[in-house]
Amino acid sequence: MSHHIIDFKDVVFRYPDGTEALKGVSFRITHGESVGIVGANGAGKSTLLLQMNGYILPSSGLINIGDLELTKKSRQEIRKKVGVVFQNPDDQLFMPTVYDDVAFGPLNLGMTAERVVDRVNSALQTVGCFDLREKPPHHLSGGQKRAVAIATVLAMEPDILVMDEPSSDLDPKSRRYLIRLLRGFKHTKIIASHDLDFILEVCERCLVIRDGRIVADGPVSDILTKQSLLEENNLELPLSLQKTRMQ
Amino acid sequence: MDFDKEYFNLGLLDTLSYKDTVIHRLDPRTKVIATFAFIVTVVSFPKYEIAGLIPFFLFPALIFSLGDIPVWFILKKVLVVSVFAVFIGIFNPLFDTRVMVNLFGIPVSGGWVSFFSILLKFFLTICSALLLISTTSFPGICHALRKLGIPEIFISQLLFLYRYIFVLIEETLRMVRARDLRSFGKRGQGMSIFINLIGTLFVKTIERAERIYHAMLSRGFSGTIHHIKRDHLRKADFACLSVTGVFLILFRTYDLVNLIGRQAERMF
Amino acid sequence: MHMSDALLSPAVGITFWAGTLGTIAYCSKKMKENLDEKLIPLMGVTGAFIFAAQMVNFTIPGTGSSGHLGGGMILTIILGPYAAFIVMASVLTIQALFFADGGLLALGCNIWNLGIYPCFIGYPLIYKPIVQKGMNSKKILVASLLAIFVGLQLGAFSVVLETLFSGRSELPFGTFVLLMQPIHLAIGVVEGFITAGVINFVKASMPELLESIAETKALSPEIKVRKIVLAFLVIAIITGGIVSWFASSNPDGLEWSIERVYGKPELPEHETGIVALLRAVQERTAFLPDYTFKKKETHKEQETAGKEEMASAKGEEAPDSDANAWPNVEAGTSVSGILGSIMMFGLVFLIGFGIKAIRKKGAHAPNGTSYLKG
Repeated sequence: MSHHIIDFKDVVFRYPDGTEALKGVSFRITHGESVGIVGANGAGKSTLLLQMNGYILPSSGLINIGDLELTKKSRQEIRKKVGVVFQNPDDQLFMPTVYDDVAFGPLNLGMTAERVVDRVNSALQTVGCFDLREKPPHHLSGGQKRAVAIATVLAMEPDILVMDEPSSDLDPKSRRYLIRLLRGFKHTKIIASHDLDFILEVCERCLVIRDGRIVADGPVSDILTKQSLLEENNLELPLSLQKTRMQ
Repeated sequence: MDFDKEYFNLGLLDTLSYKDTVIHRLDPRTKVIATFAFIVTVVSFPKYEIAGLIPFFLFPALIFSLGDIPVWFILKKVLVVSVFAVFIGIFNPLFDTRVMVNLFGIPVSGGWVSFFSILLKFFLTICSALLLISTTSFPGICHALRKLGIPEIFISQLLFLYRYIFVLIEETLRMVRARDLRSFGKRGQGMSIFINLIGTLFVKTIERAERIYHAMLSRGFSGTIHHIKRDHLRKADFACLSVTGVFLILFRTYDLVNLIGRQAERMF
Repeated sequence: MHMSDALLSPAVGITFWAGTLGTIAYCSKKMKENLDEKLIPLMGVTGAFIFAAQMVNFTIPGTGSSGHLGGGMILTIILGPYAAFIVMASVLTIQALFFADGGLLALGCNIWNLGIYPCFIGYPLIYKPIVQKGMNSKKILVASLLAIFVGLQLGAFSVVLETLFSGRSELPFGTFVLLMQPIHLAIGVVEGFITAGVINFVKASMPELLESIAETKALSPEIKVRKIVLAFLVIAIITGGIVSWFASSNPDGLEWSIERVYGKPELPEHETGIVALLRAVQERTAFLPDYTFKKKETHKEQETAGKEEMASAKGEEAPDSDANAWPNVEAGTSVSGILGSIMMFGLVFLIGFGIKAIRKKGAHAPNGTSYLKG
């Protein structure tokens, strides 16, 4: 039933100017897993995420998403299964009202008007933003924009949810709300973040990237407790695991 | 006007347009058509017209009150933008000096009459434009234009532009403030700094366009933007349009002011 | 400079709106033919960029006064003429609505004045040919200055013509021209330097951009120029036709200026419509240097085919009075006019305040939701 597997095999990506952002990345994510991706800035997190829905294609190696191999032809189809939430919600909310933004995806999928309405309403209700539906995006707060951005992706009912720095710029209350929301999702989740506490609470598994390679892959309880590993990658123990320094 | 103030005014007008009053609830098409008809009628009065224009003040008065729009805010804006019209209009009294009217013994030249007419027309037309945007959300106006036949590409452009104006202004504001905080008096505000400022801004804009495009593709974009049908035409709209039309024709055709005036004269 | 509603007549305003809408439709069609999807978000944010950039001030060297960016040429260079015209039109539309720049009827004129000339004359006929054979910063500067100069001069001159043909202003043609053109010369120099500066900046940081976008979307000089000229001819003919049709039914518009131009209230027999208009303009422009349009002789009453509007204009009993002739206003009329005005204003204020008071009293609380940022 569920073939929702993400499979990277020796993926290499080279930018037009020659820099290799990914130098042979391999991993496999199965249906329902929630995986965090951490690493130093410039390690290759963003490049990895951009591959997930085919915005960029690998220079060599293979990417399989669902049953499809990622190619120029198949990426349109893959985008129906993989929903990407970007770091900056202003890049993602480009329609005049919240309702229009959430409906954008379903309308592009060619659904009938009633089905679009259903999808939009349920997506907005899931993220708790139904009351905001007639507002223009620039009247929303950071947390509201983030929630609506997620709704725009949910409305397409993807199997896989990819998120880039979802908790950045959120106040603690919105952040907490987001954590609760994501823990309730049954989708396969892939989350890139510097917020290790966030990853600790939302994900079960963690990949560490350094210099375009995966240097660690394991359960979150293993990876995010290894201080030396984290510090090698310009990271620290999650704050909640650190002994209080305020003595 | 300086950047901060302009941004504030823009934001205030935008916020006003989302209020909920009788006027706001009218279909955008009604308001666009009515405003345009109003402007054309006002502007159709000849050069020396003054009395005939006065009944037209009823329209802004009604919209201010029914639409709950702050009067002083709008009046200030009208004042600020009157510079060009006043500057050109003031030449009228200079060139047109033949006496036209005797006001209680003071001769008034045609030039002053036509200048005053210009001022009245200016007030009425600019007010109506500002009242349109304060009672109709900009996306509403765009949808109205689309239904009235304006090409889709232009409508998409208007909507996109509107969406990102506030984002860009905030980005620009940050850079402008940074510049102003580090410049002393006029130094630092010169052209080369300006060029660098907007050059950087422009490059960021292009990069942002890339990211937006990616977001659009990720949600299935394939060339056309689909818009949801929003049809609001109600009885209120037809009533409003017909009443407006009747009054416009009435005011344009009959000189009510002098009618009333003569009645008053007879009474006193 | 932005044209203003108060200085326009319906004839001129609507004519230019027709031209602008026609051009928007034309550009939309052209863009649909080979649409680069990427352009849609790019045009949107670039428009927002121009809008924001126009709000920033800078000091002009030597004068100390502050200047602002126009941006039409930058748009055309980056996006190509069709997209740039649409973006320019959209920016002006937002300014007309939110900043009350000029007015909604004048918007048609403003889009024309500030859009047509840079996009379809300045860029294809001046900028591109100069820059075609190798781009270096000097060429870009020269090309920008020239293209912008031509564009602004044409735009400024259009404002003069629009004002003139509307007949609300007494500014004589010569004086107006002498006012507008030099100012726009100065503006053009500044704008030219800034445009060149920005283009060079972009060229340095993102060289691929200029090549990829501008080349594919630009007009190729040879063929398209003919099309442009043809289009202008068509527009001129249509304009003249519409304008003269209006003239026959609306005396305050064009006939006024014909009167001024020709010195007679009516055109000579057998000469009506465009031909007479063109001839009249021709004769006048021959005396350009020291001439004004105005002729101060009194004019006879014009036959205006029973226009009710005229009757209402001055409360005159004579049904065929001409608003442009010097009306014989008796003291009596002006008193009733003033009385009536005061009472009318009073009525209007009463209605306005009355409604406001009723709304406040009626404990109907306005929607509790705040529309400000949550």
